[in-house]
Amino acid sequence: MGAAAHDDHGHDIPATGDGTQFSVAHHFDTADQQFNSNKMGIWLFLVTEILFFGGLFCAFFIFRSWYYDSFVEAHHHLDRIMGGINTLVLIGSSLTMALAVRAAQQGKRQLVVLLLAITILCAFGFLAIKYLEYTHKFHDGLLPGKYFHATGFKSQHPGMFFAVYFMMTGIHGLHVVIGIGLITWILLRAQNGEFGPRYYAPVEGVGLYWHLVDLVWIYLFPLLYLVGG
Amino acid sequence: MAQAVADHLPEAPSGGTNYLNAERGIWSWLTTVDHKRIGMMYLTSTLIAFGLGGFFALALRLELLTPRKTYMSAQMYNQAFTLHGALMVFLFIIPSIPGALGNFLLPIMVGAKDVAFPKLNLLSLYLYWAGAICFLSSLVLGGVDTGWTFYTPYSSTTGGAVVLVTFGAFILGFSSILTGLNFIVTLHKLRAPGMTWFKMPLLLWAIYATAVVQILATPVLAITLLLLIFERIAHIGIFDPTLGGDPVLFQHFFWFYSHPAVYIMILPGMGIISDVLAVHAKRTIFGYKAIAFSSIAIALLGFLVWGHHMFVAGQSELASTIFSALTFLIAIPSGIKMFNWISTLWGGSISYRPPMLFVFSFLFQFAIGGLTGLFLGMLGVDLHLHDTYFVVAHFHYVMMGGTVTAFVAGLHHWWPKMTGRMYNEKLATVSAALIFIGFNTTFFTQFILGSRGMPRRYYNYLDQFQPLHAFSTVGSWFLGVGFTLTLYYLLASLKNGAKAPKNPWGGKSLEWQADSPPITENFAHTPHITDGPYDFMPGSKH
Repeated sequence: MGAAAHDDHGHDIPATGDGTQFSVAHHFDTADQQFNSNKMGIWLFLVTEILFFGGLFCAFFIFRSWYYDSFVEAHHHLDRIMGGINTLVLIGSSLTMALAVRAAQQGKRQLVVLLLAITILCAFGFLAIKYLEYTHKFHDGLLPGKYFHATGFKSQHPGMFFAVYFMMTGIHGLHVVIGIGLITWILLRAQNGEFGPRYYAPVEGVGLYWHLVDLVWIYLFPLLYLVGG
Repeated sequence: MAQAVADHLPEAPSGGTNYLNAERGIWSWLTTVDHKRIGMMYLTSTLIAFGLGGFFALALRLELLTPRKTYMSAQMYNQAFTLHGALMVFLFIIPSIPGALGNFLLPIMVGAKDVAFPKLNLLSLYLYWAGAICFLSSLVLGGVDTGWTFYTPYSSTTGGAVVLVTFGAFILGFSSILTGLNFIVTLHKLRAPGMTWFKMPLLLWAIYATAVVQILATPVLAITLLLLIFERIAHIGIFDPTLGGDPVLFQHFFWFYSHPAVYIMILPGMGIISDVLAVHAKRTIFGYKAIAFSSIAIALLGFLVWGHHMFVAGQSELASTIFSALTFLIAIPSGIKMFNWISTLWGGSISYRPPMLFVFSFLFQFAIGGLTGLFLGMLGVDLHLHDTYFVVAHFHYVMMGGTVTAFVAGLHHWWPKMTGRMYNEKLATVSAALIFIGFNTTFFTQFILGSRGMPRRYYNYLDQFQPLHAFSTVGSWFLGVGFTLTLYYLLASLKNGAKAPKNPWGGKSLEWQADSPPITENFAHTPHITDGPYDFMPGSKH
């Protein structure tokens, strides 16, 4: 990021870089200052996200230690294959997202759009597989708390496992849905040619968010699906 | 600083254009991204919440005048104390100082044109309003009687509009997070040239520490309330013991946020005191760095003491002992502040104008509030005092005697800057006296009630407590009159107050170099700062 626009009076100064136009908001002195502020803002937001999920992870660990047998027994009812595929899908989408940021920095408009489109497709793929998993659980009565009505369990509290499972994967799924919206938004902006070597902060910001969504799943998958007795 | 900055500042633009009259009409306010206008809207909104919460408080005190039913039913009483607490905590104390004074002053004090994310700032205000609507609509949709802490399993089983109010608190949490995020980035990235960290007014250090807590603690409240909502709607079983859940887990989650949140409430108040006190004592603040770092220390230690709310909730003795010891540690940074403030007064040229009167009230009341916290932090003593009026008196001494008094001090200090008008200082002096007398009458009595065993939140009580209860109720009337008077002369000043000069109190920090009220861009040119915010002494460096 070079200093693209500088103006003491704080008016919008359009600056051009490789066919892209952007403006420095009135309260920033330089484009660098704006870029750094945006980046810091995104990182702080991600911190709040981690703490938000932290509460759920905390609940997971407490109830897992209390109802160890139920958690081990119940986790066998999750579909490792589907969970595994979803993990690969999300990691793949993180890769295309990272490449999209790189492409935006290089000003390759078509490539950015293509990579973002693939990222969105992966996100939909993830949701589709999650939908199949959920319908299967619903069908088997593997539900939270008092709605749990599956039979054949030896341990006392399998409903607790599914309470934690649906809360964690549900809130994560909501983040995926929001991610789809955000990526669509920057895809449209990329199509308009708004990004280039001098201005790609929104792509990077959404990218960081998407990596966090991916990262949360990378913890959720082994904890819920894989870790057994 | 005055001289240094004045070199760079031409006189105010002619015609008296300022942020208030730059644009007109309600729409220009609702769509503004100007931090000063957002601050003023926060001020208005939080003061309305304070008025409503205060109304409930007066109603409660009136009910407690007699040992049995005075005029309201037990159910109504439960709903009234819940709404009093929830309104005051979530809609007034938490957002008031950062949202109103912080938004208005922070960018000006660092010489910036606005906060880092102005649109996010507006969104934060809208989220505040959305949360407020959830709270207020609960009034007509069944009410809430859980107490402001929403303890399970009561909150997951009782009737009323618990989900609505909880959802409101959830939304308000996001409002708080966005404000904190904005302030941290602004302080890191938008300080004017020469405005180093140690040249910032201490209010900004306090707001910075507050913002750190807002960002790190509030998300945990969000997930807690979300779990509570799901528990109530879908009985997922996380907190419900009949399904294997744990109600104490709710308390852990809740206080992991809500204890740091009391520092969200008090830290900005402490920041205001540092600034107002130094200006009205005309003396360089004593121990600048000690005060600055004690704010950070309080913010960090505040995360490690939540268990002292659960000494009698079945927590292990080891955990209780550790939480008790950590709680005492908080007294150190708080004490550092107190002693530095008192040292600043030493040898100062103290004025007794209204903002300073409120500062004196604060020092007296906060000392009592802080020290009684140590009683409650002691494991043995807490067994006797927990859930009594002693607790009620303690947190009102800290929250009302501390934060609210500091907020009112700050309001009187910066009112001329914010509105461009001077208020009637004689009436303000009367009101400061009324509020001081009323507050201490109301709440010191409650220390005695509590130590004699009067439990909090009870609708009926033993006849022997009536004289003290009645005394407390009479005190609340003084408070009511005092605050009504404040409201009157502040509003009257808007209509016919004298025009405020740029610097009515002789402050040295940057906001006093801006016009009263400031122009939309705050300063005609980005200021360059050379001197500190408390260089009052003649011969101090220029």
